[in-house]
Amino acid sequence: MSDKPKKLIEKGKRLDGRKVDELRPIKMEAGVLKRADGSCYMELGGNKVIAAVYGPRAVHPRHLQEATQVIIRYRYDMASFSVEDRKRPGPDRRSVEISKVSREAIEPSIIKEYFPRSTIDIFVEILQADAGTRTVGINAASVALADAGIPMRGLVSSCAVGKVDGQIVLDLTGEEDNYGEADMPIAMTQDGKITLLQMDGHLTKEEFALAIELAKQGCKAIYEVQRNALVAKYKGGSYV
Amino acid sequence: MKLVIPGDILSDDVKRAGEGTYVASGKVYASIYGILDQKELRVIPLSGKYMPYTGDTVIGKVVDIIFSNWIVDINSPYEALLHISEHPERIDPCDMDRCLEIGDLIIARVKDVDATMRVELTLEKFRPLRSGRVIEISHTRIPRVIGRGGSMINLLKKELDCSIFVGQNGRIWINGKEDDIDLAIQTLLKIEREAHTPGLTDRIRELIERSKKRG
Repeated sequence: MSDKPKKLIEKGKRLDGRKVDELRPIKMEAGVLKRADGSCYMELGGNKVIAAVYGPRAVHPRHLQEATQVIIRYRYDMASFSVEDRKRPGPDRRSVEISKVSREAIEPSIIKEYFPRSTIDIFVEILQADAGTRTVGINAASVALADAGIPMRGLVSSCAVGKVDGQIVLDLTGEEDNYGEADMPIAMTQDGKITLLQMDGHLTKEEFALAIELAKQGCKAIYEVQRNALVAKYKGGSYV
Repeated sequence: MKLVIPGDILSDDVKRAGEGTYVASGKVYASIYGILDQKELRVIPLSGKYMPYTGDTVIGKVVDIIFSNWIVDINSPYEALLHISEHPERIDPCDMDRCLEIGDLIIARVKDVDATMRVELTLEKFRPLRSGRVIEISHTRIPRVIGRGGSMINLLKKELDCSIFVGQNGRIWINGKEDDIDLAIQTLLKIEREAHTPGLTDRIRELIERSKKRG
């Protein structure tokens, strides 16, 4: 990768010309996979992610099933061509951990009692990565679940905040993540309950409070995109 | 008719909460992605798996024979059981495959579904479907295939010269001449694709008339 640039923020503008509280351009489409029960494709800046949902369906192996509720399985996977240097394909320590925290971020939104003894399988495939892939994965998975007709309390939206050049910024790019002081991915339900919070780096108490506020704004903006993606699927129909 | 997504607030009247909704802190929210039925305050799904209800008629496929049960796939996350005692005559468990073989398709009624989603079936006629063809569409489109007060299904039966049986689980059995079946399948798939668009019954009538003239 390139060397550290002298300044990551100049005159209130970041390297890619964004303001500190601005998200990268987003593209989102629901129902892109024909053979999945629900699916979603999402782009956030340089991130390209596809999420597929299968189920509720019978659990294999059988001993994993629960008598009173559905189980959720989440697989976060990076394609070998998703990063600059080829990534060795298959699950590794990092993607296993991300799968776990992403599942826990999504799980509280699903009403699990409707489908005892079954499973919902979520597959998130990172086609191109540019910092914040787990947040994009969670956003796409949430829309794919709704697209699959699974009962939920609401959507989950997610974005990253961080500290770059001493300033709190929204939605870090790869460079800002590498050379910045902190990176903090957050996921929340639409009523503002936080379901994922990780932090790499250091923030003071005041900075942390500021970061949370900024993340709330970011998630709100992403929620609107998620909603539009679902509504657009049936545009041209007699309702909308 | 309004499209709603999970988490949308629908009403303050908790008592009216219907299917596809949930109640939290004195408000009714949508729990699934679908169309809001304002009258009954329920959400009609646009996608999702078939969930068996007592009294539904379904088209099932025998996938296994164990103990004194046939295991039947009903296009749902849950397999259904058809017990040997549903057969009008007493038969030996060893002779079960002589009545219904693995792979046979049957028209069955859901007799009972318990809390753990154990599904029991019963049969009106104890014989498999041997002629015709079965297609599978999303069960959420079945109400559209039937139409308001049966308007669509009556149109199809009248115009297509086929006998059509619609299962609640999204499987449809069509019997008749091969050419008629082809047209019927083509029509049914069009209904599935365009279920959410207005004026569909008229367009289907047109499609059938045009195809018949050509044929």
